Amino acid sequence: MIGGLFIYNHKGEVLISRVYRDDIGRNAVDAFRVNVIHARQQVRSPVTNIARTSFFHVKRSNIWLAAVTKQNVNAAMVFEFLYKMCDVMTAYFGKISEENIKNNFVLIYELLDEILDFGYPQNSETGALKTFITQQGIKGQHQTKEEQSQITSQVTGQIGWRREGIKYRRNELFLDVLESVNLLMSPQGQVLSAHVSGRVVMKSYLSGMPECKFGMNDKIVIDKQGKGGTTDDAGKSGKQSIAIDDCTFHQCVRLSKFDSERSISFIPPDGEYELMRYRTTKDIILPFRVIPLVREVGRTKLEVKVVIKSNFKPSLLAQKIEVRIPTPLNTSGVQVICMKGKAKYKASENAIVWKIKRMAGMKESQISAEIELLPTNDKKKWARPPISMNFEVPFAPSGLKVRYLKVFESKLNYSDHDVIKWVRYIGRSGIYETRC
Amino acid sequence: MPAVSKGDGMRGLAVFISDIRNCKSKEAEIKRINKELANIRSKFKGDKALDGYSKKKYVCKLLFIFLLGHDIDFGHMEAVNLLSSNKYTEKQIGYLFISVLVNSNSELIRLINNAIKNDLSSRNPTFMCLALHCIANVGSREMAEAFAGEIPRILVAGDTMDSVKQSAALCLLRLYKTSPDLVLMGEWTSRVVHLLNDQHMGVVTAAISLITCLSQKNPDEFKTCVSLAVSRLSRIVSSASTDLQDYTYYFVPAPWLSCKLLRLLQCYPPPEDGAVKGRLVECLETILNKAQEPPKSKKVQHSNAKNAILFEAISLIIHYDSEPNLLVRACNQLGQFLQHRETNLRYLALESMCTLASSEFSHEAVKTHIETVINALKTERDVSVRQRAADLLYAMCDRSNAKQIVAEMLSYLETADYSIREEMVLKVAILAEKYAVDYSWYVDTILNLIRIAGDYVSEEVWYRVIQIVINRDDVQGYAAKTVFEALQAPACHENMVKVGGYILGEFGNLIAGDPRSSPLVQFNLLHSKFHLCSVPTRALLLSAYIKFINLFPETKSTIQEVLRSDSQIRNSDVELQQRAVEYLKLSSIASTDVLATVLEEMPPFPERESSILAKLKKKKGPGAVSVNELEEGKREGGELNGGGGERGGDNSTIAASNASTPSPSADLLGLRTGPQVSAAPPSAGSLLVDVFSEAGVNDDGFLRDLEPPTESSDSLLAEGPGDSDSAPPSAVSEDAAPPLPESNELLNKFVCKNNGVLFENQLLQIGIKSEYRQNLGRMYLFYGNKTSVQFVTFTTTVSCPGELHPQLNVQAKPVEPLIEGGAQVQQVINIECLGDFCEAPLLNIKFRYGGALQNLSLKLPVTINKFFQPTEMASHDFFQRWKQLSQPQQEAQKIFKASHAMDTEVIKAKLLGLGMALLENVDPNPENFVCAGVIQTKAQQVGSLLRLEPNAQAQMYRLTLRSSKDTVSKRLCELLAEQF
Repeated sequence: MIGGLFIYNHKGEVLISRVYRDDIGRNAVDAFRVNVIHARQQVRSPVTNIARTSFFHVKRSNIWLAAVTKQNVNAAMVFEFLYKMCDVMTAYFGKISEENIKNNFVLIYELLDEILDFGYPQNSETGALKTFITQQGIKGQHQTKEEQSQITSQVTGQIGWRREGIKYRRNELFLDVLESVNLLMSPQGQVLSAHVSGRVVMKSYLSGMPECKFGMNDKIVIDKQGKGGTTDDAGKSGKQSIAIDDCTFHQCVRLSKFDSERSISFIPPDGEYELMRYRTTKDIILPFRVIPLVREVGRTKLEVKVVIKSNFKPSLLAQKIEVRIPTPLNTSGVQVICMKGKAKYKASENAIVWKIKRMAGMKESQISAEIELLPTNDKKKWARPPISMNFEVPFAPSGLKVRYLKVFESKLNYSDHDVIKWVRYIGRSGIYETRC
Repeated sequence: MPAVSKGDGMRGLAVFISDIRNCKSKEAEIKRINKELANIRSKFKGDKALDGYSKKKYVCKLLFIFLLGHDIDFGHMEAVNLLSSNKYTEKQIGYLFISVLVNSNSELIRLINNAIKNDLSSRNPTFMCLALHCIANVGSREMAEAFAGEIPRILVAGDTMDSVKQSAALCLLRLYKTSPDLVLMGEWTSRVVHLLNDQHMGVVTAAISLITCLSQKNPDEFKTCVSLAVSRLSRIVSSASTDLQDYTYYFVPAPWLSCKLLRLLQCYPPPEDGAVKGRLVECLETILNKAQEPPKSKKVQHSNAKNAILFEAISLIIHYDSEPNLLVRACNQLGQFLQHRETNLRYLALESMCTLASSEFSHEAVKTHIETVINALKTERDVSVRQRAADLLYAMCDRSNAKQIVAEMLSYLETADYSIREEMVLKVAILAEKYAVDYSWYVDTILNLIRIAGDYVSEEVWYRVIQIVINRDDVQGYAAKTVFEALQAPACHENMVKVGGYILGEFGNLIAGDPRSSPLVQFNLLHSKFHLCSVPTRALLLSAYIKFINLFPETKSTIQEVLRSDSQIRNSDVELQQRAVEYLKLSSIASTDVLATVLEEMPPFPERESSILAKLKKKKGPGAVSVNELEEGKREGGELNGGGGERGGDNSTIAASNASTPSPSADLLGLRTGPQVSAAPPSAGSLLVDVFSEAGVNDDGFLRDLEPPTESSDSLLAEGPGDSDSAPPSAVSEDAAPPLPESNELLNKFVCKNNGVLFENQLLQIGIKSEYRQNLGRMYLFYGNKTSVQFVTFTTTVSCPGELHPQLNVQAKPVEPLIEGGAQVQQVINIECLGDFCEAPLLNIKFRYGGALQNLSLKLPVTINKFFQPTEMASHDFFQRWKQLSQPQQEAQKIFKASHAMDTEVIKAKLLGLGMALLENVDPNPENFVCAGVIQTKAQQVGSLLRLEPNAQAQMYRLTLRSSKDTVSKRLCELLAEQF
C-alpha cells in the first residue's frame, strides 16, 4: 500500500508531503529528489527503486507527484490513484501548477486525508467529494443536520456516486467518444504496430435516479443478435462491428450484467465522468499516411521530402495537424518549402515542425527540405528517428459507433424520448510514427 | 590568469550560461543547448570567416556544454585555429579546449603539436607556459614523442624565465610518468640536478619533484643531488622565518620544499662524505629542536607545516637507522604526540614508532611508552588508531614485556573491533610462541585465545599449538589437563574441540590417573561435543576415539558401540563413514600389539618456521609477503597432496608396514607418515594430513573430498603413464596461453579412461567425468579452487582449432564466474562428433587470483575412440571382415616397445577402456588380442578392427588396425601405441 505521497516543484522543493505509514522516513523525500529529479541522466522510468523503497511518479507540467512505498504494491493501482488525484485537484482548483498548489495546500491535505486512508485509496469521485470537502469554509454552516446526515448516508451507501433528489428542468446528456490512435509504420508503408485506446466520457444532467443502458457496435453483442435475426441483418451489421480487446468501466456500471449479457447498464453520477475505457487493435482506420523520402547528398547535405495523405471521407475535416521531421544532430542550416501550412526548423528540438490548420479527407500535401550538415570527425551514423505526427479528426479511428443510450426513470415522469442526447467523436493521435 | 577585461567579457557566453542556470527543468536545458549547438554549427559552417573574438566565444560555449555532460563532435578545428592567435585570452581558451576535449589519437594532433612547437620556440614566457601546461595536461604518448627532447632544453637553458622553468620541470615530470622510455635525461642530468641551486625557490620546488621521481628509477645518475639537497636544506632550516619572504608559510620557512628535500634524501643511503653528513645531522637536530620550540602562531596551519617537516625528518632518521642519538630523540618527540589532542598526530606518531621499534637503537626508547600505547589501545575512539597501537605493541614486544603485552592484547581482544580481530589473534599467537619461556603459559594463552575469539582463530594457530605440545614433553601433561578443563565449559568453540580431541587422543593417559578425568569421563566429555561439530572435526574426533582404544583398553567396548551406531557407520558423509568402518574393524581385528604400533604416539615434528607468521604476512596484504615464500608454501602443499594420493592406493595393508618403518624422507613427508599411520586414512587426502600443511593449502583435502566419489576411486586405479598428481605445475603466463606442453601426454592418459584428474597446479585442480553414447558425448569438468582465496572472473572457453571445427561440435555451458576458496564448480560440455577427427578441442581457462590474471590452455581429452561402439562377432565373421579391409591405406600398423609391464589383465582393461569389444577365442594364438568396434559419427559409421600381438620375450607389441577409413586407422594406431 502507498506509504506516502509527495509533491515537488521543478526544482525539487517539497510542496506537499503526506506520510501514511511509519516505514517511510523523512529521508525518502530527499532520496527521490536526489535520484530522480536531480539525476544526471534523465530518469525515464516512472517507477524508481531506491534503497528498497519504490517511488512512483507522474509529472504534470513542472510538478512532480510521487507515491512512495516499501511494500510490493500493484503499480497500476498506484498510477491509477495518482491520475485520479490529478483529476480531483484539477476539478477543485484548475490547472496543476506550483502557484495553485501553494494556494490550496490546506485543501490538498484535506483531500489526501479523505481519498487515501492508511495508504489505501478511498472514494475519489469528485462529485461525491465536493459535497463534503468544500472550498468555502463558511458553507458548512448553511448545511442543516439533515443535509449532513444525507451526505453521510449517500457517501457510505450503496450508490456512493450519486445523491438522491437531483432535479433538472431539461434532462440532457452528452456523450464523447475520445480515441487516440497509435501507429508505427515502416518506410515502405507496412504497419508494424497499431492500436487505438479510447474512452467514453459522459456528462449527464438527469433528474432522479435514472437507469441507463449504453449500446455500441461491439462485435460480440452484434454477433449474438445476428444469430437471432436474419442472416442478411447479421451480414450487414457484422461489417460495422468492432472487436474490443479489453475494456474497463466506471464503478457505476453493473459488472455482473456485463459479464452475463454484455450489456452496459448503470445509474450515472451527476456531471462529468468517464464511463469506460477500451482498446482495439483490429481494423483500425489510419487517418493519415506519411510517405517519407530521405536522400543523402554527399557528407554535407540531406534532402528530405515528406508526403501526407488523408484517408477519410472528404466531407470531414482534420484539425491541428503537425508533422515533426527529425534532423541530424550536426545540422547547420535548413531550407523548407511546403505548399500548405507553415513549416519551421526548430533547432532546440532538432526537428522540422510542419503545421497545417485544417485538411479535408482524401487530400494530399507535401513538404521538401534541404538540410545542410557540418562535417564531423565522428564516424557515428545518424540514427534516423521516426517522423511523428499529431492531428485531430472528427470520427473514431477504431470504428466504434454508439448505437443507443437509453434512460429509464420509473419514479419521475420523464421517458427516454424526453432526454436530449448529444454524441461526439474525436480521434486524436497518440504516438503516430513513420520510420524514414 | 589575467582578469577578463570588460571589452573582452564575452557577453554571449554569460547570457548563455545564465539561460542554462535559469532553466526550470532538464528538458528546457536540453532544448536550450540544442538551440545553441545549432547556432554554433551554422556559425562554424565556414561561409564567412569568424573573427577571433567570436571564435573564442563559441569555443567557450562548446566547452561549457561539454562540461555539462553533452557530447561535442565539432569545433576542434576552430579551437586549433585559436592557438595561432596572438591574444593571450584566445590562445588560452584554445589550449583549454584542447586539453579537455582532444583525445590523443585525434587526427588533429599534428596541427596541435605544430602550434605548441611554435609557442615553445617563441620568446613569450606566457605562451611558453600555456604550451607546457597543455603538454602536461594531455600527456599523451604522441606529445611525449614530439616534445620529450625539447622540454629538458628549455628547462636548463640559461635564458629561460623562472616561471617557464617551473612549468617545464613539472611538464617533464608528467611526461616521464606516462612514458618513461621516451624521456631520456642522459646529457641533461647534471644540469637538472644543479637546478637545486637555483635562486628561485619555485624552480627548486618544481625541480625537486622531478629529481625525486627520476632518482627513484636510476639513483646512481643523480647521486650528486644528495650534497646539493643537504646544503639547500641546511640553508632553509637555518634561515630566519622572515628570510624567505614569499616562501614562508605561517612562520615556517618553505615547508613544502623542506619536505620534498627530506623525501629526496630518503631515496639514498646516508651520505658518505663526513662534512655533508655532519651538516645533515645538524639540520635534523635543528628540525627536532625547532619542533620543541613554543609555537609562533596558534593557527593550525603553522603546526601542520611544522609537524609535516618533523615527520618527514623522522622518516629520514629511521631510513638512515645509524644515528642512535637522533633515533632516541625522535622517539621521545613522537612520545609527546602519543597523547596529543589531534587524532591524526596520534596516528602518525604510532605509525612512525612502529618502524622505530624495529631499530636496535631505539627499541628500548620505544618500550618506555608501553603504558601510553596500551592506554591508546583501550581508550582510542578511532579504530584505525587502535589498529596502529596494536601494531606498535606487536613491534615493541620482546622477552621482557611479552607477558604483559600478550595479556593486554588478549583482554583487548574481547572488545576489539571485528575488522582487526583476526589479525590480533595471529599477533597474539605469534608473540606467545616467540617469547614463551614457559610452555604452560603458552598453552594457557592459546587456549584462552580460542576461548575468547574462537571464530577468528585460523587453522594455522591451532595446528601450531599441537605441533608445539607434541614436540615438548614437559608441557604435554599440563596441556592435557588444561584442555580437559577448558572442554568442561558447556559451550566450546569448535577449534577448542579440535585441539582438545587431538591432545586428549595423544596424551589423555597423562591425566587418566585422576578419577575426575578417568578415561571414560574424558571420552564422554569429547563425545558430548561430537554432534555439535562440523564434519572435519568429527573426523578428527573419530581418530581421537581410536587412539583412546589404544590408550585405555577399558573404553574399547564403549567406543566400539559408538562407532557401530548407525549415525557413524552409515553416516551420509563418505569420509566419516569410512573412518568409522575402518576404525571399527581395526579395533576388533587387530591384536593389542598391532594396535599399539599402529596408534603409536606421534613422533616429534622437525622444527621449522611458524606457519602463522606466513599467514600474518599474507593478511597484511599481498605486497608484504615475498612471492618466494608463498610459492614455497604452495609447492610443499602440492607435494604433500601428491604423496597422499600415491599412498592412498593401498591404504590399509600398507598402514601397518609404514608404522614400523617411518618414511625416511625429510620434512613434510616425514611428518606425514605419523598421522597417516594413526588414521589409516581413506583414499585420498586425509583430514589429518591437513593439520600439518602450510598456509594456503589446508583446504586441499576437503576439496578432494568434494569431488565425486567415482573420481577418487578412479585415481586409485589409475596406473596409466604419469599419475595425475605428478603433473608438474605449469607456468602461468600473463597473456597468450598456448596449450601446456604436457597436454598431449594428458590426452594420452585419457584415451582409455573417461574419468580422472585432467590437470592440477598450485591453484587449480580440474577433474573430469565423461560419458559417450553413439556420436554424442557429455563431459563434466570440475574446477576446484585449491587456495583459500576466491577466483574471480573465472571464464572458460572451448574451441575447436582449425579443421577440427567441421568435424566436432563442442558446446560448453557457461560456468559461474566466481569460485570461492576451497570450493568447486562444475561445467557441462556437450560434444557431438560430426566426422572423424585427429586433433583435440582446446579448453582455455582464465581467472584472476589475487589480482593476477591466470590463463591456461589444455587439450580436452576427446579422441576419436570415445565414439566407439563395441561389436561382438564370431571368429569367422571377424576374419571375413578383416580380409574385406585389405586395401593398403586402410591398414595401419605399428611395432613398438612396451613401456609398461606386459600384464594380460591390464592390457585387456585398456582395450576395453578404448571402447571396442574384446573378442575372445577369435585369434588362433591366445596371446593375441583382437577387437572390433564401430565409430559413430554423425556423417558416417566407421567400422574398425584391431589386432594386438604382444611378444613377451622381446617386450614388443605389434599393433594392426584396419578400418574403412584410412585416417581413422592411422589416428587410432597413433593413440593406442602410446598406451602399452
